[in-house]
Amino acid sequence: MKYSFFWIGIAIAVVLAFATPHVITNEFYIRTAYTVLQFVVLATAWNILGGYAGYVNFGAAAFFAAGAYTSVFIYKLFPLFQVPEWMIFIMLPAGGIVAALLGLMTGALTLRLRGVYFSIATLALAIVLQTLVTNWHFVGGAKGASILPPRDVPLDFIFNGYADFLFVLMAFLAIAALVIARYIETSWIGRGLAAIRDNEDAAECMGVPTLKLKLFATTVSGFLFGVAGAPLPYFINYIEPVSGFSLIYAVNALAMPMIGGATTWIGPLLGATVLGTAQEVARVVISSEMNLLIVGVLLVFFVVAAPDGFVGLIRKYFGKGGRR
Amino acid sequence: MFSFDLLINALVIGVLLGGFYCSLALGLSVSFGLLDVVNIAHPAFIILGSYIAYMMGLWIGLDPIVTGILFAPVFFVLGLVIYRIYYTSFEKRGAEALRGLAFFFGLMFIVEVGLIIVYGVDYRSVEVSYVGPSIDIGFVGIPLRMLVPFGVSMVMAAILITYLSRTFTGRAIQAVAQDRMALQLMGADPVRIKQFAFGISLATCSIAGALLIIIIPVEPSVGRLYIGPVFAIVVLAGLGSVNGTIYAAIIIGVAESIVATFFGPSWAPAVAFGILLAVLGLRPSGLFGR
Repeated sequence: MKYSFFWIGIAIAVVLAFATPHVITNEFYIRTAYTVLQFVVLATAWNILGGYAGYVNFGAAAFFAAGAYTSVFIYKLFPLFQVPEWMIFIMLPAGGIVAALLGLMTGALTLRLRGVYFSIATLALAIVLQTLVTNWHFVGGAKGASILPPRDVPLDFIFNGYADFLFVLMAFLAIAALVIARYIETSWIGRGLAAIRDNEDAAECMGVPTLKLKLFATTVSGFLFGVAGAPLPYFINYIEPVSGFSLIYAVNALAMPMIGGATTWIGPLLGATVLGTAQEVARVVISSEMNLLIVGVLLVFFVVAAPDGFVGLIRKYFGKGGRR
Repeated sequence: MFSFDLLINALVIGVLLGGFYCSLALGLSVSFGLLDVVNIAHPAFIILGSYIAYMMGLWIGLDPIVTGILFAPVFFVLGLVIYRIYYTSFEKRGAEALRGLAFFFGLMFIVEVGLIIVYGVDYRSVEVSYVGPSIDIGFVGIPLRMLVPFGVSMVMAAILITYLSRTFTGRAIQAVAQDRMALQLMGADPVRIKQFAFGISLATCSIAGALLIIIIPVEPSVGRLYIGPVFAIVVLAGLGSVNGTIYAAIIIGVAESIVATFFGPSWAPAVAFGILLAVLGLRPSGLFGR
């Protein structure tokens, strides 16, 4: 029963994704929706490692920017003529693979050690990568690169403009990320990761292939981060290292699942939707610093007072205890 | 491009810089190394210390180092409070791995953004008599604004090491790192000892922050850049080795200074993080570990 509800929801989401640009024609709302959906992907990606396995990744911005800068790199390979409009479909997997390899590498270096070393290494990774990109002139270096979206929109019989196309693309990525996260959560992989989270030594003793599972989770998580970042250059049209590696991504990727509820796929979705929308509103109404402060305060408040996030609160006050 | 003068100068500056880094890392080597509390907000509190030194200098013309020492007790109390929250919410429930880290990440963020909201993102600096001049010995120039923090930092390290090895509480702090249970059987309360030690760890941030703003102008988000050096130093030193912190700090300082001199300063931030990644991959127990 639960199973079919999920797929009906997915079907509705797909229809909504295609219909929205035709109903809402104001580009501002479409761009806001894109940003929120991007956070859904980031939060879900973080949760696959952080929520399921209990390994904290502080370097979400690094993986995200790795995806974005892979796109910039591909874009810059065409200095003389127009980048073909289907190139975005190469950029997506390319960005994903680069970020996935990055995740695998960081994981292989540090996941044999205690979890905290992985967290510190991911912090380190973000700075090292930012320094590399700042000094790499081919992708714009410190002064950044401006990226023009192609003149032709892919599948132009459906979409009115490039923003619409990017919105639907991100909606699909968000849906795909949720499907992947839910699959991992409900399969033996998710149970293995949960065992690692609860007691890694015990899991290892019971024959759970802990290192392999952790590496798998880091790679998948990295891939999703990268894919989410790949369309970014086309979305903001100008990218430089400080904004590409912005702490906003790292903080939100961590705060959204923690506030939403980190042990289930629905938590990041809830957290990203609520926090993402609130931030987009606050960014316009108040200042962007103030809204980041609010995220920080909420994060500390939730980890101290409501460790299971929104999902935990909902289960406590409305549900009959949920599945677990 | 290679020249002997440049190399000697880079080495001297590196040693001074490293000595100063020691003051940044000392507190973390107590909290992370001895207490196993991964306080990634440590550099953020150092920046808070810098801003207090800046404000006191602006208001009543107090010397930054004096401010740092005066405010150390305030940071100590702040540390007691933070550890209390950390202990009751995470350590007692065995949730320090995921939520404890997120807690400190949130704290770091609150301090950083709070400072941005109050002071903006402009760089701030202090004006004291020892910021400008330098002592020249042959072709080697030793700027006083590096020498003074170096000296203060070394004194701090000496005091902390003596404290940890000579006094009862200091030995208890080292004992809690080795065997909690044994400490409890000796009649000392491990939680209170850890709380006290965490207070000391934060108190160092006050002085380290004052030293930082003497060396270089500070803005709220530079704290993140120092996460690399401080964690690299603590891990390189080997967790729990406070003596090793001095040597590790000087190694990192020299490496950064040489890279900045010969490859350009824009590469410097990656040095400490690169060393950190390498140490984690190759020798996670550090150079001077127990």
